[in-house]
Amino acid sequence: MKIRHNKNFTFGAAITAVMLVIILVGMVWTPYDPNAMNGRAKMLSPCLAHPLGTDNFGRDIFSRVVEGAGATFVIAAATVAIGLVAGLVIGGLTGYYGGWLDEVVMRLNDAIAAFPSILLALVLIALFGSGKYNIILALGLLFVPSFARVVRAEVARQRSQDYVALAKLMGAGDMRILFLHILPNIVPVLLPSVAIGFNNAVLAEASMSYLGVGVQPPDASLGRMLNEAQGYLLTAPWYVLSTGTAIILLVLGFGLLSEGMGGEYGAA
Amino acid sequence: MRYVLKKTGVLLVTLLLISLLAFLAFQLIPGDPTTKLLGNDYTPERAAALRHELGLDRNVLVRYWDWLTGFVTGDMGASYNYGMSVAQVMQGKGAVTAALSVMAWLLVIAISIPLGIALARWQGRRIDRVFVAMNQVFMAIPPFFLGILFTYVFGLVLKLFVPGGFVSPQESFWGFLGYLVFPALAIAIPKAAMVTKLLRSSILNQMDEDYVRTAYSRGNSRWGVLHGHVLRNAILPVVTFVAMTLADIVAGSIIVEQVFALPGLGRLLLSSIGNRDYPVVQCIVVIIAFVVVFMNYLADVVTQYIDPRIRLG
Repeated sequence: MKIRHNKNFTFGAAITAVMLVIILVGMVWTPYDPNAMNGRAKMLSPCLAHPLGTDNFGRDIFSRVVEGAGATFVIAAATVAIGLVAGLVIGGLTGYYGGWLDEVVMRLNDAIAAFPSILLALVLIALFGSGKYNIILALGLLFVPSFARVVRAEVARQRSQDYVALAKLMGAGDMRILFLHILPNIVPVLLPSVAIGFNNAVLAEASMSYLGVGVQPPDASLGRMLNEAQGYLLTAPWYVLSTGTAIILLVLGFGLLSEGMGGEYGAA
Repeated sequence: MRYVLKKTGVLLVTLLLISLLAFLAFQLIPGDPTTKLLGNDYTPERAAALRHELGLDRNVLVRYWDWLTGFVTGDMGASYNYGMSVAQVMQGKGAVTAALSVMAWLLVIAISIPLGIALARWQGRRIDRVFVAMNQVFMAIPPFFLGILFTYVFGLVLKLFVPGGFVSPQESFWGFLGYLVFPALAIAIPKAAMVTKLLRSSILNQMDEDYVRTAYSRGNSRWGVLHGHVLRNAILPVVTFVAMTLADIVAGSIIVEQVFALPGLGRLLLSSIGNRDYPVVQCIVVIIAFVVVFMNYLADVVTQYIDPRIRLG
């Protein structure tokens, strides 16, 4: 696997690593219980005991941001996993076999891709209802076409390579060729798409939850917290700032990583 | 010409598919509108009568055709919630979203084209490096977060505008546009960062081409080469991208309208989703999707017009 070692990749890896460490640690330990209310410590400015202050219920904002970032991360990862697996199967089969089914699936793909993603997500939420698992399902479905397209193009290209013909000569079955021989070869092309997909998922989750149609309380997520924090803009601006910064760092880290791997961060 | 015809054909098929998908999606919802419309008066007989009255007992494809022909002629059905037609509910909302989107789009162009050219000219200098790094950060900022920041900095601290104090165009046209400036900037800045980056790298790519060397050897200055030769070629991919951003911006305005409490299509869409007012949701979704697909179509046609090398592919 060839990775262009450059400043983008280094910075991206550094930011992502720091965020991952914080998120992983946050899953087992946070300085305070993110949901513990404290009537005597409401709306504290950032101080030593509470590095990012406290909110209107006296909850520690740093702990909440860590927990929210973790939730957003898990949702984004689950979303990408759904999109990727379904995209691999659909893109792999259509790219490998071609034919009329390929045509039909790809035209359908195009029609779905023509919907702006946030709009499609809202439609799916209107159909399924809101909530953590529905948002994962809706966003996951949303990402299937883009992954299917990338996989299909790559598989179609690899299919005519010599090693595929050789594997056939040795009597390998179609599924074996597709998933054991071709799949490892398309990973390098797929990685930047995964990173970009992850970014889109973070942004989509944050937007949907901010709009109040995504993750519902008591579940935490960065988007939901931004929604809450906006009400205390004047009294606790650090709440909004720290939550938003967490989103930006997540997106920036993966964006730079994908660019370092030769992807087109931003142009997607 | 053949290119335009083919693209138009694809456009029409895509529009039909989109409207069909949107229509079918809202037929799959469990439960039917009569339960909601009748409320406490619900009896199976009344429900059946109402279903007949609303035409819900007919074949799905017949209803789709009715809805589509109605939609095209401006009769978009009745809202479940407001007791008026969808067209009445949407009145004035489209103008807000359209004005916001167009303003944001013009801001993207006004910011990114001069900045992209300037950065390419200053390539490698400190100012270029600072802006390139800043660009990466700005691209990562979600527009709605930028909107919240603007509300805080320009609205609450500097008091340049009143958050939530939307002015309708009937009241004061300039006040209306004035209130839209910050929402439009919030949408525009992350997009402008992308376009700037694209234009800068597109220009720098062209600078390595043979024709640039020839132009230099004929005694052109860097300025002359850039404006006389390079820009014409470098701008092509940017035109396509900029045209397609308009579509993105329309979709993105759904969220930013919520941040600034703008009474546009996005807010109506969200409240209608909350109220399960499906005729309204369906119409807004199809309208926004149509606009987006049409913009992408225009982008294709315009690009082909500027660069005839792009042929049927």
